[in-house]
Amino acid sequence: MAKVLVVTSGKGGVGKTTSTAALGAALAQMGETVVVVDFDVGLRNLDLIMGAERRVVFDLINVVQGVAKLSQALIRDKRLENLWLLPASQTRDKDALTDEGVGSIIADLRTKFDWVLCDSPAGIERGAMLAMRYADEAVIVTNPEVSSVRDSDRIIGMLDSKTVKAERGERVEKHVLITRYDQARASRGEMLSIEDILEILATPLLGIIPESQDVLRASNVGSPVTLNDAASAPARAYTDAARRLMGETVTMTVPLARKSFMNRLLGRRAA
Amino acid sequence: MDAIAKATRQPVRMRGRSYVAFTFCPVVPIAGWLEEIDATLARSPGFFVGKPVVLDLSAVDLSQSAIAHLVASLEQRNIRVLGIEGVDASHVTTSMPPLLTGGRHCVLTQNEPKKPEAKPKLTSLLVESPVRSGQSVVFAEGDVTVLGSVGSGAEIVAGGSIHIYGTLRGRAMAGVNGNAAARIYCHRIEAELLAIDGYYQTAEEISATLRDRPAQAWLQGDIMRITPLI
Repeated sequence: MAKVLVVTSGKGGVGKTTSTAALGAALAQMGETVVVVDFDVGLRNLDLIMGAERRVVFDLINVVQGVAKLSQALIRDKRLENLWLLPASQTRDKDALTDEGVGSIIADLRTKFDWVLCDSPAGIERGAMLAMRYADEAVIVTNPEVSSVRDSDRIIGMLDSKTVKAERGERVEKHVLITRYDQARASRGEMLSIEDILEILATPLLGIIPESQDVLRASNVGSPVTLNDAASAPARAYTDAARRLMGETVTMTVPLARKSFMNRLLGRRAA
Repeated sequence: MDAIAKATRQPVRMRGRSYVAFTFCPVVPIAGWLEEIDATLARSPGFFVGKPVVLDLSAVDLSQSAIAHLVASLEQRNIRVLGIEGVDASHVTTSMPPLLTGGRHCVLTQNEPKKPEAKPKLTSLLVESPVRSGQSVVFAEGDVTVLGSVGSGAEIVAGGSIHIYGTLRGRAMAGVNGNAAARIYCHRIEAELLAIDGYYQTAEEISATLRDRPAQAWLQGDIMRITPLI
């Protein structure tokens, strides 16, 4: 049964695209067939992070408009044969996306893949709405700061009201993924604590990705962080998050965190 | 299907149907009785409109011309007589309503339109999920109870009081219809704005000592009081 998962946040620059690529690659490494779909029409980035920018011929909009077939637009990853990318168009804007077009593409992708990861654009406008529209699950990427948390809260409200699942009276399964977390700054009170974020969002935690130079290093070479250096702290955190998405119970750890802190987090996860 | 319907001869169909008619029983003097009819019409002018009326003349002995005059008088009052009963056939001419027999007595029941069962009006609204940033809950009819938290950037608007069993981080506006007795209760107060009946306080004005604890807000005259609950 294919799962459609939207990676969203409301706020820009919190790590949606990085997280989409990293989770997609981690799921693919676990043997799943995965497609990552870039919904950021006009400002596409996922192709760069995936290192596929020089192989883009057709894109999402071409498929929506019937100019190209889905199979022509899908780009297979060079490192993992069961990881695919559906790029966005850079020359168009979000108005080129239609509800029906996106619906039929997602339905098509469901038949071909185990996981369809939709990389949402920032904001709450058309692009973001259509990226989440057909989702079964959502990963809400949040930085430990008030503006990001409030935007995430807004997006969670929309996931509960504007998606097809919500309109049918079902629930989109939601997970919070905290990125750019700095243990040292959090303990000095310069960042929101994990407890505070989860208290505000009242949504289960999927993982905590530490702030790391490895993330930037990986994007610079066009590789998902989980593929570039699997042993790095963010890669391990993303892999753990992907295993939780697969339904495994993985102890919540913040790389470099103290044990007592981890224990406190575990109490939260069950909520 | 046939394009042209065949013209066939069909027997005339007749069906029986019964109606309830008002029966007038005039008494002498006829002029006095007509005055009573006029009084009824003055009270409810449209009372007899569209209703079949039968004249029962068995209680009076009227000549043919008197009957004709009576029918005409009623017609002047917009009461059309459907038939006459209780007189000899010789008294009725062809220009008069037909003579009826065999009428059965029945009880007239006032057919008042039934009032639809009034639903008990909702006086409170229960919100079981957290109210997220950007969401707005408006309930002018009464109280609002929220079991979760109210996020920063969310708002609750209520005609009555507001009860929040989580943290209030957004705005709460109670008593919007001019109810100065409305109050705001929350389990933990980090509100952006509190308002009761138009009087408001912003986060800046809310004392820091109240933060992070159960509190209530209420109006004392035109001053908003915010006091800890426990």
